[in-house]
Formats: sequence, C-alpha cells, structure tokens
Amino acid sequence: MSEVITETVADATQMNMIQAINSALDVMMDRDPDVVVMGEDVGFFGGVFRATAGLQKKYGKNRVFDTPITECGIIGVAVGMGAYGLRPVPEIQFADYIYPALDQLVSEAARLRYRSAGEFIAPMTVRSPFGGGIFGGQTHSQSPEGIFTHVSGIKTVIPATPYDAKGLLIAAIEDNDPTIFFEPKRIYNGPFDGHYDRPSRNWGGHPDAQVPEGYYKIPLGKARIARAGEALTILCYGTMVHVVASTVEEMGIDAEIIDLRTLVPLDIEAIEASVKKTGHCLIVHEATRTSGFGAELSALVQERCFYYLEAPIERVTGFDTPYPHSLEWAYFPGPIRIRDAINKIMKD
Amino acid sequence: MTDHRDNQRNMPPLTLHVPEPKFRPGDVADFSDIDVPAAGVTPRPDETAAAGSMRDLAYGLVRVLDDEARAVGPWNPNLSPDVALKILRSMALTRAFDERMFRAQRQGKTSFYMKCTGEEAVAVAAAHALASDDMCFPSYRQQGLLIARDWSLVDMMNQIYSNRADRMKGRQLPIMYSVRDAGFFSISGNLTTQWPQAVGWAMASAARGDTRIAATWCGEGSTAEGDFHSACTFASVYRAPVILNIVNNQWAISSFSGFAGGENTTFAARGVGYGIASLRVDGNDALAVYAATRWAADRARSNAGPTLIEHFTYRAEGHSTSDDPGQYRSADEGSAWPLGDPIARLKAHVIGLGIWDEERQAAMDLELASIVKDAAREAEKNGILGHGMHQPFETMFEDVFEDMPWHLKEQLDMALGEKKAAGL
Repeated sequence: MSEVITETVADATQMNMIQAINSALDVMMDRDPDVVVMGEDVGFFGGVFRATAGLQKKYGKNRVFDTPITECGIIGVAVGMGAYGLRPVPEIQFADYIYPALDQLVSEAARLRYRSAGEFIAPMTVRSPFGGGIFGGQTHSQSPEGIFTHVSGIKTVIPATPYDAKGLLIAAIEDNDPTIFFEPKRIYNGPFDGHYDRPSRNWGGHPDAQVPEGYYKIPLGKARIARAGEALTILCYGTMVHVVASTVEEMGIDAEIIDLRTLVPLDIEAIEASVKKTGHCLIVHEATRTSGFGAELSALVQERCFYYLEAPIERVTGFDTPYPHSLEWAYFPGPIRIRDAINKIMKD
Repeated sequence: MTDHRDNQRNMPPLTLHVPEPKFRPGDVADFSDIDVPAAGVTPRPDETAAAGSMRDLAYGLVRVLDDEARAVGPWNPNLSPDVALKILRSMALTRAFDERMFRAQRQGKTSFYMKCTGEEAVAVAAAHALASDDMCFPSYRQQGLLIARDWSLVDMMNQIYSNRADRMKGRQLPIMYSVRDAGFFSISGNLTTQWPQAVGWAMASAARGDTRIAATWCGEGSTAEGDFHSACTFASVYRAPVILNIVNNQWAISSFSGFAGGENTTFAARGVGYGIASLRVDGNDALAVYAATRWAADRARSNAGPTLIEHFTYRAEGHSTSDDPGQYRSADEGSAWPLGDPIARLKAHVIGLGIWDEERQAAMDLELASIVKDAAREAEKNGILGHGMHQPFETMFEDVFEDMPWHLKEQLDMALGEKKAAGL
C-alpha cells in the first residue's frame, strides 16, 4: 500500500519519531533554501520536544528562529512569508495552543489560493504535537484535527511511525497547500500499546523505526495497511494505530487496521476496499466524539459500503469532556473501550 | 446572578463607562476640541533616530499644508510639479471611480461597493512615496493604491462585477482585489489579518537581503484585533522593514473611534509601547502623508525598523453601500471636519504654486469622469453580477487545493448534474 518515492538511497538508521522529524526538516532545509522553520523555542534551544535541535546552528538564524508567543502572529507571518516566496514550517508548540491562530489558518492560509485565483498561495506546513497520554492536562492533550478537516483548503496529516513521520513531513513541506501536521506526542519516543500501567517502550527494534538518512516522501492521501486481516476493518491514525494493534493482538482477532496517515485528502479507496472485504467497520480516534472526524468516516462508509456491512459501524473515541488530568486513563480510548466495541460489532 | 450589593461596605458603587460619540443625528457637529497643531511646527527627526527619542510625534500631528495651502516646515517633501499633479490626478480619479461604482451598485449591477471619499490621500500619496515594487497589504479602503499605480480600471471593475473577465473568477466580494503585478496583496474581509502577513513578507525580504519593503493598512477600529498586536510585536522584535498604517477615519461602521480606545489616547501611541517609531499625520494632507511615508520607507530601507503611522482623517461617506450613516452620526460632521478635504487642499496648493488652475481642474474632472465611464462600459461588456452565472461551474472547485482531490471532484460532478437539470 505504501507508495514511497525515494530519490536518495541511503542506509536506514534507527530513529524515534522526533529524530525522524528532525531529519525531515534537515533534509528539506538542505534541499530548498526557501524552507524556514519558526516557532516558540525552536531556535537556539531546538524546541521543547527537541524536534528542531541543531537546525539553527546548521542553517542560521535567518532560516530557523524563535518567535514571540503569539500563534496568531506566527501563522500570519508565515502567510506573508509564503506570499514572498518562502516555504515556512511554523511550529505550534502544542496543538492546544493553535486556537489563537485559527483566523489566520481558516480565513487566510486556507483561502488564499482560492480567493486570489492562484496569485498568492500559502505553502506552509504547520507542525504541532497533539494528543494525550502524557499527563498533559486539558491544555497539552487535545486532538483538534476535526476542526481542521472541516475547513476547505487545508490538508491534515498525522503520522503513526518514525518512517512515516519523515516521509509525510517531506511531502507536506513540498506540497503547495497549507498543511496541518499533527505529531502524536505519546509515540514520539516509542509505540504505545494502550496499557498505561505497563512499562513504556521505545522505538528500538521496531521495523517502522528504520528510517533512511536521506530524502524520501510518502504521498499525501495514501493510507497504510498497518495490519492486513479479514474479520473487520479498523480505521485509525496516530497513537491509536498502536493501541488498536496491540488490542487486536491480545484479542486474537483477524482485523485489518488501516492507518489513514492523511485525513484530508482521505484515501477513500483503501477504506472502501477494506470494508467491502470485511463487512465490519470500527473507527477509533482519541479526539472527542461529537462531530469528530469519526463521524465523517462513519458517514462515508455508510454511503459507500452500506450493502456490504454486516453490523452497524462503531466509533471508539475520547469522551465529550475536556481532557482531564488525574482521570486521563479513564478518558483515553484504551484497550477496554476498543475491545468492547469489537465484541459488539462481531457478536453475531 | 448573585447580588453583591450587600457586600459593598462603605464604598461608592462602581460604574461602567460605555463610550458615546459626541454627536448623533440631528446634533450640530463641533470639532473645536480637536487639537490641530499648525502646519510646519512638528519637528522631523532623522530617519534612523531611535524610536524612544520621538515619542511626542505619536501625540502630535504632522502637517505640511497650512491654512493657505502653502507647504511649510521640515516635513515639506518639496515635490516636483509632476509628482504633485500626479497625486492630485490619482486622488481625483479615485473619487470619480468611487462615484461611478457606487452608482453601479445602486443600479443593481453589483452587490456591494465601498468608497474611500475623504481618505484618498492616505492611499494615493503613500503609493507615490513607496517604490513601485514595494509590497502593499491593504484593507478594503485603499483602492487608491491601485489607481495611483496606474492599474487597469477595467480590471478592477471586472472584479466588482464578478464577470467573465474577473481574474478572481467571481469568488470574492466586490472590491476585494488581488493584483500581484501591482504589488497589491489579496484583500481579506477579515480585519487586520493583513498586518502580520505584511510583517512576515517584510521579514522574508530582510532575511533574503532584498531591498523591497512592505506596507500595510487597517482602520482604527480594527486596531483592537489581536492580529494588530501580534504584528506590532513581530515588527518590533525583528525590526522588520514594514510601514504599519492605521487609517483613523473616526468610524468603524456605526462605532466611533472610542470603541477602539480613541477616547483615551491616540492610535499612533499604540506603537510607543512596542518601541516602534510612531507618527501621527494629518491624513487629509497629501503632502504630509507622502512625507511621513517616505520617511518611514527610508527608515525601513536603512534597517532602522518599522514605523507606525496614524492617518487622522474622516470617513466622509457610509461604511459601504450597505450602510446608512444618517442613522447614527450627525450629518454635518463631514463639513465641520477641521482638516478639510484632501483633494481640495492639494488643488489649492498646486494652484498657489502657479502650476495649476481651476479651469484645468474642471477639465481634468470631466476627462476622468469620461475615462471611468468608458472603463465601466468596457467592463460591462464582460457581464454584470446577477445577469447569468459568468464563470464555468468547474471554477467553483478549482484552487481550493493545487490539485483537486476526489471529494471535490465528486461534488463538481454533482454541481454539473444540477446545472444540467436546471437547463443551464
């Protein structure tokens, strides 16, 4: 399923997701002098998650710089830089902080090509760590992807592995449309099986953590079959790909897990082919339920696969509450919630 | 709601100040309390002077034309006759264009129009003080920039009519132009979003070692937007080569400048807190606008950083064709405005110089009216709004993304099906 375009054949190296993102930025800054990186703490310090470490030293302060704490300003300035001809990669330190930038993203970046009939474009990639599972409380845990998938003119990309993080980020930077690139911070350092009470794992030895040093990209709009199977289709992305995979493993069920990778544009062909094959569909995301992206997925599957479905579509999501701090693991759509939904779908 | 009045102890009750303009419909407007310093008295610092050394300028008023329309004082830009007459002509053309397009809206040829009557100097004189390739990030009332840069009137009108020849493909509300070739950024209907964008453009130009600068405009009302403050912070932090213009025309639709804080300080003073060189300028004095803009441009070009300019002016007409200012403000405010009309003042100046006269002015006005009329006739050949759907349906789905994804292709098919069903 993965169509990978590799220009530079290089030996793969073990990388965690942070290192893979850093490598993607490094590769693109080296290839394209128009690429600039900006954001709170991204310069000298290299970012609170270290994703931009070393870039300022290598490419200089004119291309990698710290910004004032104004997300509206960061994105507004990135729109202007794009109009000048640069290719900005702003970082919003946490997805929870992106709301002050909404007008610049929704009314400006997303609409610029359309309203100017192509005279001006906003070829920016907005990187931002998102999702919970790190005891970040309600302001460092949210998954606001559904806000952006609802906006015409923005692409939304969410990687689930170091390999994909690099290949998708390179594709997003090269893309001439504004792209929200949400990085699931729970799996920056290792995959997560959903069992918060078990020891954390790192990416060591994981096949998807073997990342080429050089340039390669994964096209936007192409899903990945994380696990092939026949019994039911599970649509998910980001951290939940790993939680779903380990739950399926524990249950011993032959599920087909589709890692969507890009929400807009969506790989509808992969979804359709899988659901028509299995006749069952579960949708899993960490974001709140009501009007979440799962609702769109559910509608699409119903519209296109209704006569193939043998059971109602189920959604497993976060609850429609703010992300609680102490009750984080009661909120998180973990193995129990996923297992219950699978059992419900498969009960007949 | 809990009543806390029992807890007041022996203290006076608090009161909420809700601003109220001085004059409402029926009142006699009297602006004698506005402090208008004499032309020529405001000092002109060196372009590279420290912002902290010129804070008084944020509270003063740079004026060049005196009551006899003579150019006086250190801000006199000593324009050549050619430039002075070109500014006069561009202002008059802007006014003629506005008159015609306002009427076109009233005749049902388009949905919307916005005049800049009384504020022509703000855009036109600035355009002449900038280099032709400096990048402008305007709000919706700087049509004078395009006219001063000799952009095609027919092209502007095509946009206003959303017709077949509209380069924006009929997607934008009338007057939301985009003219890359004239260094004129796509106008947004959302206010002051263009400010941080202009700063970003200027930062990019500086980072690249370019020589071009950026300029942006917003109204005094929208200085309350967060974007305004984000832009000032970025401009100050990176010393961006940008000119930040606040057009204080006293009214934001029906809200007077007091609702943006104008009762308490000047708008130029907003820049002081950011350490940005800030000038307050008589916006109805084309020579003052020119001089301040040129000063700011020279400052930016010498890497001395941004300038914020408050253009103190008056919105002589309604906010737009959808507005009736007679509902909320005194009808004689415009005629009582102490800074006069920008075209009349520049005209008197060039007549005083002996390079112009009333006859030539009258002839020019006739000529410009006829130019505008011809342009409108030409544009109307390409269609007017509401008389048919001028753009192919496909264009509705193009340019959302660079390449059309499957979901838009599906929706395009649906739209084409509806077109067929409607017999179009």
